[in-house]
Amino acid sequence: MPPPVRRIAVDRDPYVAPPRPAGNGAVPASSVATRLRTARTSSVHARERMRVESLWLAYGDNWVVRDVTLPVRQGEVLAMIGASGSGKTTLLRSLNRLTEITAGAARSGSITLDGQDIHGFEVNDLRRRVTMVFQQPNPFPMSIFDNVAYALSERPGRGGRRRRRSTAIEEAVTDALHRAGLYDEVAGDLERSALRLSGGQQQRLCIARALAAEPEVLLLDEPCSALDPISTATIEELIVELRESVAIVIVTHNLQQAFRVADHVAFMHLGELVEYGTSEQIFDRPTVERTREYISGAFG
Amino acid sequence: MAIADLTPNAADRAPAPPRGSVIARAPRQRTTAWPLVDRVAYALCWAVGVGLCLIALAIVLFMFFKGIAYLRPHLFVESPAPSAVQSQSGGFLDPVVGTLIVAMLGIAIAMPVGVALGTWLAEYGRPAWLARAVESVIEIIAGAPSVVLALFGLLIFSQGYLGFLSQTAASGGVFGRSFFAAGAVMAVLALPLVVASTREGLTRLPDRLREASYALGRTPATTVRRVLLPAIRPDIATGGVLGLGRIIGDTAIITILLGTFLDLEKVGSVPVLGTLRGTGSTLTSYIFSNSPAGEGNAPGKAYAAAFLLLMIVLILNGIVTWLTNRDGQSDGGGLSRALRLLPLWSRLTWR
Repeated sequence: MPPPVRRIAVDRDPYVAPPRPAGNGAVPASSVATRLRTARTSSVHARERMRVESLWLAYGDNWVVRDVTLPVRQGEVLAMIGASGSGKTTLLRSLNRLTEITAGAARSGSITLDGQDIHGFEVNDLRRRVTMVFQQPNPFPMSIFDNVAYALSERPGRGGRRRRRSTAIEEAVTDALHRAGLYDEVAGDLERSALRLSGGQQQRLCIARALAAEPEVLLLDEPCSALDPISTATIEELIVELRESVAIVIVTHNLQQAFRVADHVAFMHLGELVEYGTSEQIFDRPTVERTREYISGAFG
Repeated sequence: MAIADLTPNAADRAPAPPRGSVIARAPRQRTTAWPLVDRVAYALCWAVGVGLCLIALAIVLFMFFKGIAYLRPHLFVESPAPSAVQSQSGGFLDPVVGTLIVAMLGIAIAMPVGVALGTWLAEYGRPAWLARAVESVIEIIAGAPSVVLALFGLLIFSQGYLGFLSQTAASGGVFGRSFFAAGAVMAVLALPLVVASTREGLTRLPDRLREASYALGRTPATTVRRVLLPAIRPDIATGGVLGLGRIIGDTAIITILLGTFLDLEKVGSVPVLGTLRGTGSTLTSYIFSNSPAGEGNAPGKAYAAAFLLLMIVLILNGIVTWLTNRDGQSDGGGLSRALRLLPLWSRLTWR
């Protein structure tokens, strides 16, 4: 269990956890947090893209998400927090219908993207509009270039290993790598196997791949849990930058991370949405006792 | 204390304990404390292992010296000739060409079919009863002696409507013996190995690879074609090479489905098609025919051919080892993959 993000101190300025003693190799977490939070623009122009409406989800007879209603807005980051088994990952996976590949999955209620029910979409069209990055970096065993090009709707030119590439594909791939902040590190050799990258680079490659499809919503399922603090900081900055062009939903166990990157936070417990509000409100003035307990580390 | 204080610079670190320190190593495991039965069994296992190595070594050395003694360059360029005198019975050009043709035909059929079957079994497998039935059939084929397959093949290819694949006698009977027939049955022989290695490779791939592809809006079919199959290329190649080894080493199918004449007999005048419709021989049937048990009775040439065959099989084994060792990053090394295939391989080869 991570330490409490902040002490509840209404009469003082928000307190950010002090940096750890210098010299232990860890990134001073608060400096990143401060930087990220001051870089924030207000989210008044945030536009609702997806809406989850009284959603129930089950695997077999086990209802793991219970009556959740939630908006997903472009221009802001929505963090879902909660203990293991609270249904947050299932809820995330239902947003691009990945729950459907599990046998025995059932659903009640609706999810809309720009006002249209996502279950009316052709599933692969939906998944190109709502892409996902997973907990474990999962690059395909192919070159960096091919990994990103794979997500593009058009195929790279045929012709075996030496693929003939149109400039459009080249541009799309480099653009996605730029947006994921990976380009400068890999520009020298895009033909290198993606499996040779470090864990943090692999995860950013996965983000680049997810961005290459030009999605409207980006789902992140604990994207930093397998990474070291330095890679985590890089990815968190990236998330905040990307927020303007794509709606972001992130599931995380790391409360400090939720505090650092999120504009809105949804706290889930045992399948239910306990509390939803702005990051400041949830972490400073939680209205529900359970939320208060969870963010102060009393349970979980 | 901060961690940094505990880890001195590399330059300051001693490379090893100081001289004169007592260094304890793990003691060798001893069997002296074991019950007698276990010790006897252990000794037997050990002896069997050593014995097997000695036998294998003996075969290779014997073939090496016998083969080298009779191996002459002209053997590679002369066709076999029917003669009782060993010096006039020609070389094994035709059997070498025949081996190549049969191997290429067999593997060309077995690879696509086997990869498709293995993929279907691993990735789809619906309906379940059909998948189970297919698995059983593959087990049966893997366990069937090749002479049985050959006999069945002869039955099939002697049918009148398949006459275009072999030779039709003046009386209207279909011989059913040709490179086409032998190649097709050889494909059946190699199929289980290709299916098993494809399936093995696919089941070993983590599900997150599939999910990653689905999450980008790719269909399962695209995922198989562009992510999964390229990822298991070494497994597919291993299955193919194992199958190739099995095809090259088989004798029963050749003697029954390719005929007993040692030279290539064309049917019709079309260059390639005529050869494929015609009969011939391979190194295995050449060895059989020239051995003291066969008609040719030219043991020297049999040894030379056997040496060549052994070398080919050893090279193929080397290729398998190389392929399985080449990508060791994902699955605990090629050795484990080779070991997983071993039960099937041993069942197929050492019957």
